[in-house]
Amino acid sequence: MNVNQSAPPVPPFGQPQPVYTGYHQSSYGGQPGSTAPPTPYGAYNGPVPGYQQTPLPGVSRAPPSSEAPPASTAQAPCGQAAYGQFGQGDVQNGPSSTVQMQRFPGSQPFGSVPLAPVVSQPTVLQPYGPPPTSAQVTAQLAGMQIGGAVAPALPPVGLGYGPPTSLASASGSFPNSGLYGSYPQGQAPPLSQAQGHLGAQPPQRSAPPQASGFTSPASGGPRMPSMTGPLLPGQGFGGPSVSQPNHVSSPPPQALPPGTQMTGPPGPPPPMHSSQQPGYQLQQNGSFGPVRGPQPNYGSPYPGAPTFGSQPGPPQPLPPKRLDPDAIPSPIQVIEDDRNNRGSEPFVTGVRGQVPPLVTTNFLVKDQGNASPRYIRCTSYNIPCTSDMAKQAQVPLAAVIKPLARLPPEEASPYVVDHGESGPLRCNRCKAYMCPFMQFVEGGRRFQCCFCSCINDVPPQYFQHLDHTGKRVDAYDRPELSLGSYEFLATVDYCKNNKFPSPPAFIFMIDVSYNAIRSGLVRLLCEELKSLLDFLPREGGAEESAIRVGFVTYNKVLHFYNVKSSLAQPQMMVVSDVADMFVPLLDGFLVNVSESRAVITSLLDQIPEMFADTRETETVFAPVIQAGMEALKTLFQPQTGAYQTLAKECVAQGCCVDLFLFPNQYVDVATLSVVPQLTGGSVYKYACFQVENDQERFLSDLRRDVQKVVGFDAVMRVRTSTGIRAVDFFGAFYMSNTTDVELAGLDGDKTVTVEFKHDDRLNEESGALLQCALLYTSCAGQRRLRIHNLALNCCTQLADLYRNCETDTLINYMAKFAYRGVLNSPVKTVRDTLITQCAQILACYRKNCASPSSAGQLILPECMKLLPVYLNCVLKSDVLQPGAEVTTDDRAYVRQLVTSMDVAETNVFFYPRLLPLTKSPIESATEPPAVRASEERLSNGDIYLLENGLNLFLWVGASVQQGVVQSLFSVSSFSQITSGLSVLPVLDNPLSKKVRGLIDGLRAQRSRYMKLIVVKQEDKLEMLFKHFLVEDKSLSGGASYVDFLCHMHKEIRQLLS
Amino acid sequence: MATYLEFIQQNEERDGVRFSWNVWPSSRLEATRMVVPLACLLTPLKERPDLPPVQYEPVLCSRTTCKAILNPLCQVDYRAKLWACNFCFQRNQFPPAYTGISEVNQPAELMPQFSTIEYVIQRGAQSPLIFLYVVDTCLEEDDLQALKESLQMSLSLLPPDALVGLITFGRMVQVHELSCEGISKSYVFRGTKDLTAKQIQDMLGLTKPAMPMQQARPGQPQEQPFVSGRFLQPIHKIDMNLTDLLGELQRDPWPVTQGKRPLRSTGVALSIAVGLLEGTFPNTGARIMLFTGGPPTQGPGMVVGDELKVPIRSWHDIEKDNARFMKKATKHYEMLANRTATNGHCIDIYACALDQTGLLEMKCCANLTGGHMVMGDSFNTSLFKQTFQRIFSKDFNGDFRMAFGATLEVKTSRELKVAGAIGPCVSLNVKGPCVSENELGVGGTSQWKICGLDPTSTLGIYFEVVNQHNAPVPQGGRGAIQFVTQYQHSSTQRRIRVTTIARNWADAQSQLRHIEAAFDQEAAAVLMARLGVFRAESEEGPDVLRWLDRQLIRLCQKFGQYNKEDPTSFRLSDSFSLYPQFMFHLRRSPFLQVFNNSPDESSYYRHHFARQDLTQSLIMIQPILYSYSFHGPPEPVLLDSSSILADRILLMDTFFQIVIYLGETIAQWRKAGYQDMAEYENFKHLLQAPLDDAQEILQARFPMPRYINTEHGGSQARFLLSKVNPSQTHNNLYAWGQETGAPILTDDVSLQVFMDHLKKLAVSSAC
Repeated sequence: MNVNQSAPPVPPFGQPQPVYTGYHQSSYGGQPGSTAPPTPYGAYNGPVPGYQQTPLPGVSRAPPSSEAPPASTAQAPCGQAAYGQFGQGDVQNGPSSTVQMQRFPGSQPFGSVPLAPVVSQPTVLQPYGPPPTSAQVTAQLAGMQIGGAVAPALPPVGLGYGPPTSLASASGSFPNSGLYGSYPQGQAPPLSQAQGHLGAQPPQRSAPPQASGFTSPASGGPRMPSMTGPLLPGQGFGGPSVSQPNHVSSPPPQALPPGTQMTGPPGPPPPMHSSQQPGYQLQQNGSFGPVRGPQPNYGSPYPGAPTFGSQPGPPQPLPPKRLDPDAIPSPIQVIEDDRNNRGSEPFVTGVRGQVPPLVTTNFLVKDQGNASPRYIRCTSYNIPCTSDMAKQAQVPLAAVIKPLARLPPEEASPYVVDHGESGPLRCNRCKAYMCPFMQFVEGGRRFQCCFCSCINDVPPQYFQHLDHTGKRVDAYDRPELSLGSYEFLATVDYCKNNKFPSPPAFIFMIDVSYNAIRSGLVRLLCEELKSLLDFLPREGGAEESAIRVGFVTYNKVLHFYNVKSSLAQPQMMVVSDVADMFVPLLDGFLVNVSESRAVITSLLDQIPEMFADTRETETVFAPVIQAGMEALKTLFQPQTGAYQTLAKECVAQGCCVDLFLFPNQYVDVATLSVVPQLTGGSVYKYACFQVENDQERFLSDLRRDVQKVVGFDAVMRVRTSTGIRAVDFFGAFYMSNTTDVELAGLDGDKTVTVEFKHDDRLNEESGALLQCALLYTSCAGQRRLRIHNLALNCCTQLADLYRNCETDTLINYMAKFAYRGVLNSPVKTVRDTLITQCAQILACYRKNCASPSSAGQLILPECMKLLPVYLNCVLKSDVLQPGAEVTTDDRAYVRQLVTSMDVAETNVFFYPRLLPLTKSPIESATEPPAVRASEERLSNGDIYLLENGLNLFLWVGASVQQGVVQSLFSVSSFSQITSGLSVLPVLDNPLSKKVRGLIDGLRAQRSRYMKLIVVKQEDKLEMLFKHFLVEDKSLSGGASYVDFLCHMHKEIRQLLS
Repeated sequence: MATYLEFIQQNEERDGVRFSWNVWPSSRLEATRMVVPLACLLTPLKERPDLPPVQYEPVLCSRTTCKAILNPLCQVDYRAKLWACNFCFQRNQFPPAYTGISEVNQPAELMPQFSTIEYVIQRGAQSPLIFLYVVDTCLEEDDLQALKESLQMSLSLLPPDALVGLITFGRMVQVHELSCEGISKSYVFRGTKDLTAKQIQDMLGLTKPAMPMQQARPGQPQEQPFVSGRFLQPIHKIDMNLTDLLGELQRDPWPVTQGKRPLRSTGVALSIAVGLLEGTFPNTGARIMLFTGGPPTQGPGMVVGDELKVPIRSWHDIEKDNARFMKKATKHYEMLANRTATNGHCIDIYACALDQTGLLEMKCCANLTGGHMVMGDSFNTSLFKQTFQRIFSKDFNGDFRMAFGATLEVKTSRELKVAGAIGPCVSLNVKGPCVSENELGVGGTSQWKICGLDPTSTLGIYFEVVNQHNAPVPQGGRGAIQFVTQYQHSSTQRRIRVTTIARNWADAQSQLRHIEAAFDQEAAAVLMARLGVFRAESEEGPDVLRWLDRQLIRLCQKFGQYNKEDPTSFRLSDSFSLYPQFMFHLRRSPFLQVFNNSPDESSYYRHHFARQDLTQSLIMIQPILYSYSFHGPPEPVLLDSSSILADRILLMDTFFQIVIYLGETIAQWRKAGYQDMAEYENFKHLLQAPLDDAQEILQARFPMPRYINTEHGGSQARFLLSKVNPSQTHNNLYAWGQETGAPILTDDVSLQVFMDHLKKLAVSSAC
């Protein structure tokens, strides 16, 4: 704060800064000291409030919106309109920047809207009301520009906005308003105002917020002024603000970006949305109050909320508390923006280096030469040309590859190409497969490999003339010359032992020990298997699955079953020699389901009966897997007991192990899961399994697991063009050398994250190419090669890198990196490494790309403005910061799961979705907009769904309307709702239908069935639920978002100084 | 008194005993000079339709080191109600139940005609008989089918309350659970890994259930005895199940590639069978019946690798020490056999294959446990089918002709000690006052265990006279021997059969003629042959032959009448006259000659030789040859090439083979179809006669002999030609072209040459 104060001199920016200062102080607590300035601000809590409000604008639009409204109902409309113009989500996203540029005028309105909304300072706003609009616009622009280009643009606006900005800053809490304000206005006025506001607020806020907020970039704030208006810093809130600006301005920025490049692009899109929304809301509401629409709901819990309500006077008091969470970048907002901006048009992959829409956005992909983002996502689509640059930026270069990803029905699965007996056409030197990037020369008689530049002869049967552009005439007839993803039929040379594979097989290995029998699991499973076997994966239009099945049960010993179709009854073969495992039969163990249907049914009927009286409590595990593997082998070899060795051998035999665990005690998941992990299998864990409660979950998982399309005995290799190479791999697989990823089994959910490093200079012109080749056996037993190609841009400017990053992917990589690190290093080291790396990334940006501003400002690249919040979630996750209630098994389980998650899964896993159920009209068919995962967002009069891909909670506020309770739970009052309920009664009323439909919808989106848990407010189960409110402080000591942001800001500042 | 011949025959019929000497030389020194040891062939369970068992227990001598059983040779003081033990001279009080005893009211065991008597023990729980089938599934389809049918058939022959079990093996070993409905269940073991009995029982879940479980189900104690019941079930309960199970048996499914033998885990399968019974029914009558169609090719007990290009060991390999698996495999099976014997179970081996099946290595399993050994070409032959069926034949009482877990104890009067036994038995290592320090056969004990025996099982028991020369036995003194056989009758009763015999002592110097006249040359030949065969198991063939020759020469020197150095003067008395001829044929027999026989065949022949009674043994040594012609009724003829005449039909019985051989002319006549012409009906009868006789032999013989119907010039005629005395060969030229028989293409010496040589040596003073 001090800084801010000091900042004041720099009127424009100064204002916003204060807010930031708040952050600093708060977050660091002691640190504040270091940032001398902060202290004063500390008092200011004010900044905090600012944050709250602002943050929203910046990060989570919601808040801003609220603010906005007041500012400009009118504006809002404008903004909307503007957006509309930009129309396409693209525009919003900023990509459309060019267009936007031109449209600036239009954009302004938008900007204004958001800014105004900044809500936080309703009071302020009010006064400014009118001006804000303009101001906002500018602000937005500014934000966009961040990069600097913005700056120029702003000026004009700025002027106009001058006044508003101040307002904005005040209200918007910085982000938008503040920033903008700073610019345009002569800063002075706004500053003063802003400051005033801020100042005022802060005090109210009191230290705490600051502490938490840390953000305080406040300190930064002050600097901001010095820096540059544009950077938003002003708004400051540093990070958040910045981001906000980005968002807000995003559209405009884009336009601006050209110049500013840096921040520009990122910012734009998100802001747009957020701002818009808020704006609308506001408008509707008419006054500021409305803006916060949501807030009101929170009402009591959140100090902020009331504030809003009171808009004018009250708001101010509230803000003082601390950094306003609404002022910091909001994941929800970013997601919403992207959805709105990019969800409507297909993503066409023809252009090199395009950043795809976020994973949370529904979009179609048109393959025009690069692999769909469903198959490959990169941390950055613009790779630094030199390793020096890469080192400087510290942005990991990684690709998250899901080679067999499932596609929506609208998208065609990869074409299968048959090159005949000679096999797929490949480069002679590097063995890369024919792809659209290969250059045909000498009239088509030769081609130059795009990966290693080797000139190869085109085989006569493949020859084709070139057209005048040097393109093969048949380029569009051949998938391998025109598409990013396609498949080759493999020849026998690509098969193990040079023999075509036999049809794959599923072996069901069922625990029949006392516990499993008693829990009813065995009976349940056997019943289910009877019908499940009709749904084994089959290829294409095949009438029946080629997959053969076998059955094994085990307790202390193993029981194999001969279910040959010619038998009158199944034969059971007991193998007691578990120390020296072998498969007792050859013929009749693996059978075709339809042929042996009668015997199998008889067997499945018998199994629960046979073991009904079992007293056997001991079970074995390793031999079970080993047996399964042996069953797939024809030769016997000596075995050792270690799981690691076992797993390796499994891989060598193409045996993928899926594991369903039903522990009611410690089973050492870490050890057991080694095998599934290394073989590309899945682990499912159902602690304390009880048929009544967990049946559906288990069966659903089982069905999915059995029915999913799987590739077997796969080897994946990633080739790159000269200059970079794949150096590290993360996921569930085994590697016997440094380049080949071996997977005994690979399904549509499994993901491999690959990290790249430079080994030479890259060329801006030719870009960088990736080719991921997956050799696998399809479920029909066909040997195939699936090829994914992706071309990336290369840049000599760091700004380009930061503008083409994907935070979700980055988090995916960092989480996997950290989770693996936990195995070898203390958790603290791993955490520190993550934080440091993140700080370096952001500091590098600040240093090289952001326009100069006060050191107290937290400036985040638009594309990475969610990095802190997401990173915090990773740091707080059970693996990196386990609470007392997290068992070793749980940790291992989660660690294992994350290892092979794709980007969408990590995204929701680390930042759960929280959906208010009664906010939107019942009739609306769409999912309600999510709210931020914080207790402050919960209203006790509402019901919420929370999901993270593994867990699903239904939180019921204590003062939910009785009618709602009745129609959902069929009980008359809140107190009668059974806590921990896992199934909602099926009731014939719109609300019940909607909620149940929503739950089903959520489950359908996830690869694992999420068991529902109904949590009542103030109930003891609520602890469990709160664990997933990741923006809050966690019980296990995880920092709140605000606190962490402050901390991050401090780290960055340290790096910069 | 009748002739010795009658005496011997009478004794054999009554007691199942034949001694080499029926008057005993009274001193150790003289006994050793007799060359042929004092020994007997004992058929412990000789069928005695006229001997109903008594339903009470025997009375024992009270001296703890004696415990001989009251017998007709004991002196009884009816007044004092005392009896004197004729072995230790202990005076014993009759038990209370005998208070009514008197000269006119004697218990059976005191009557002279009851020198052999059988007691039925009423005490103790009776346990059912157990039959555990161990079945090789690496068979050709039709072979397996035939075997399955035989096995299914056998179920109907078993006593209804017998317990049965089934183990199958190929590459793996499966122990089938017999009590399950709806699903057939088996425990599978890897065929390459030897397991201890404990491991096997653990893996089969046979170890005693833990205490908590018993408490958990207090109401169901009856389940306990049947813990093991999963694998061994009363036949009447699971008849249908087992029949189906056998019906569903498939050939071993593991692929056998070209040039390989199927992987056959015989060693482990047997080991598991032994372990299973060991853990569940120790010391209960049980038969493990191994059906195998080839050599063990993996795991412990493997006899040959699975590469077909490496043939199974031959005698040649063994002599050259080239049989790399033999020692180890033999050790494995010996270990199993000993364990089985300790448990009182027996192992039968039914090996049917064209090639060898490893009987050489596995022989001890049958030899030491009293099990059967059957060798055939295929399970789909009547040889196997009928032999197998005959195992379950019944005697006049409707009881199975099998007994289990027998213990044979020999008690001798003090001038004698027992030196050993040769037969299907193992030593129980019971030392006692009547155990000799010298061993002949399995010695060092006075008790042997015979786990499986039938009415023809016969042991050779060898004694040593220990009476010193200077302590003459009083005139008229008699030596006594008591054989006590305790066994489990097939009706599951425990029974004790007691045979007490006595023979006169004679001073060899003054009464040599007596002794000589009481020589039983048939018994002596068989007993000497057993010794020879017993030696042949451990010694080189030539050494054994030399030893036999030397014994023969010494015998001739001792009992022949001749002038020194004058071979022509050599004469033997009637009681010795056939003995050299037996020895001649013995030397040529497959028991001592391995030429032309595989190691398996040798083992098979020796197995049977060591357990058959005297008559059968003699047939084995010197086959019987009958001649059929128009010149008269069938007559036995010399086993000599001169008996092979063109207008004769010959029937030869070697015990293992029945050969019908048509002389050249006969064969031509038959070819011309005379037998179908009404006017030559007599020829038809002539052809039929040997067939009928052969059938009769076939019906009575166990195991079924190989039945060979051949004619002059037929390839199978070799069976005959190899047995007859080669009196005419291509070497004695003067015989060529004569009409008196058929020359044999061999370098073997003929009986004539042998005898000439023997005489020369016998009269020579050099020896």
